[in-house]
Amino acid sequence: MPTTAKDASVSRPDPATSAPRTRTRRRRVTDENGRRMPVWELALRYVLLLAVLALMIGPFLWQLSTSLKGPHENIFSSPPSFLPSDPTLHNYERVADTIPVWDYALNSLKVAAANVVTNCVGAALAGYALARLRYRGRKAATLVFILAMLVPVEGIIIAQFTTMRDLGLNNTLMGVLLPGCVSALNVLLMRNAFLNLPYEVEEAAFVDGANVWQRFFRIALPAVKGTLAVVAIFAFMGAWDDFLWPLIVLSDPDKFTLTIGLNYLHGTFANDERLVAAGTVIAVLPLIVLFACLQRYFFRGVGEGAVKG
Amino acid sequence: MKSTAAASVPAATGAPGPSASGRRSRPADTAAPRPRRIRRQLVTSPWLFAAPGLAIVGVFILYPFVGTVINSFTDKRQLVEGKYVGLANFRELLHDDMFWIGLRNSTLYVLVVVPALVVLPLLLALLVQKQIPGITFFRSAFYTPVVASIVVVGLIWVWMLDERGLVNAVLEAVGAGKVGFLSDQWLLLFSAMAVTVWKGLGYYMIIYLAALANVPRELHEAAAVDGAGPVRRFLSVTVPAVRSTMVLVAALSSVAAFKVFSEVYLMAGPTGGPAGEDTTLVMLVQRTGTGLTGRVGYASAISVVIFVVTVALMLLVLRADRKEDK
Repeated sequence: MPTTAKDASVSRPDPATSAPRTRTRRRRVTDENGRRMPVWELALRYVLLLAVLALMIGPFLWQLSTSLKGPHENIFSSPPSFLPSDPTLHNYERVADTIPVWDYALNSLKVAAANVVTNCVGAALAGYALARLRYRGRKAATLVFILAMLVPVEGIIIAQFTTMRDLGLNNTLMGVLLPGCVSALNVLLMRNAFLNLPYEVEEAAFVDGANVWQRFFRIALPAVKGTLAVVAIFAFMGAWDDFLWPLIVLSDPDKFTLTIGLNYLHGTFANDERLVAAGTVIAVLPLIVLFACLQRYFFRGVGEGAVKG
Repeated sequence: MKSTAAASVPAATGAPGPSASGRRSRPADTAAPRPRRIRRQLVTSPWLFAAPGLAIVGVFILYPFVGTVINSFTDKRQLVEGKYVGLANFRELLHDDMFWIGLRNSTLYVLVVVPALVVLPLLLALLVQKQIPGITFFRSAFYTPVVASIVVVGLIWVWMLDERGLVNAVLEAVGAGKVGFLSDQWLLLFSAMAVTVWKGLGYYMIIYLAALANVPRELHEAAAVDGAGPVRRFLSVTVPAVRSTMVLVAALSSVAAFKVFSEVYLMAGPTGGPAGEDTTLVMLVQRTGTGLTGRVGYASAISVVIFVVTVALMLLVLRADRKEDK
């Protein structure tokens, strides 16, 4: 260990010498030591990147391509034809004729939007209480959320369902929404965000006579907008993508969300690949657009969620 | 405005406060609050803040959790109240072939998926770590399967792996012949595992990327000066530096893998493939506990097994971590 430390200090000047190079603003591909990356390594990296790209994105594109192929085009050809010879939106019309796909999309949107609001409000309020307010029982309340986060949701679905039925909320969108509408993980994420704020500002506001709601809304909340955005995005994605719980709580095809509707479509028309493909594209496109627009929050959320989880 | 009124509500409804007297709402921003007011505010409003979260988590997570444990000792059915039957459900589990199939499949899932999800995303993170032109695009593209719903992912791969699907078309074109990915019991299970790994790669890649950014570059330089090649540097510098992240990934992915449901449900069908041989434990819970005749008590007993194994997995991973520390 000591030798590596010494070696490290010996090679310190390296980054320093590379500093003027970056100042010239010439675009150079360098490795983490500031040295130029050899061309063969760069080429190898791009080859590997493209191979992985094909593996990760290819299936989506294949699905898209299948959904655009008309009834007279052979989708089973070997070797496969990757581009539809005569692209058509016909399959999308057929999905809408087969299942009320737009109603399902609307149901999903309702649940997802409500989930965003409830999680942002509920988690921000509770997180603030856990982080900032001094009161008896704060540790107990924190423990409640930690325990709730550790409960494997897949294990309690049956009891959740009976609870929901006792409340008369099974087979409703409200029933789909409620169990996750203030998630313990989000509460703890918000708590951490509030804990990281300097306390002095709020103390000053307190001395100036701001009450707790004013401090919360005017000082603390604006300072944690980033985390709030992460909570919002993951709440939306979680609700839009959820499968097991809506599958259990919804039985009436009129009330299906998009994922349950897709499962139904697949179960009933499994042999109509074009139809199922069009359905999946409808379900995934909104999220891909959302992701493309708000990437950095998605990535940030992974980091924060993982540190917590 | 509204805030003052809201803050005084809990006092009015008899929430614990130092004194009920002196309750008088007035615009707080016009004058400094009285000490008594501050104290009351500090006692009542925190509970108001935490109440929605505590209520939801209590009613829909903790109460069902306790309910599940209690139900596991009863013969409760979906529409019939049950009575206490002691350990009968657990004794029945021991002789239930389906339970053992579920336990086997869920355990296999952990054994295959976890090593893959600990190693592959790390390699992927190394690939996308360097700031070369266009790398942000690649990172985002690799993350796309994470964003997609598991239902979409499942159905995409059902079509990809179909007997007449893309993978088989390619296999046939190169003369390898067709493979019944979705008809053979074991191929089905392994295909589902592959899909789980495929969907999780991007997520854990981002976690590793954050960890790699914290590896001191001096260590790599020192190793390079000492003549270590890329493989040696990976094993002696990178792996030890991100070891705690690897443990985290192992913990997260093992718990998730044991509770697998959607991938197998979609690819093998609700009944779990040929003769139900691809059923996982959560699928068994769903199948046993729902419907008008759903056996809530028995399904709860399976759930309790899931709880126990989940906790055991976490402890195991953490313990492995501590052992390596010595």
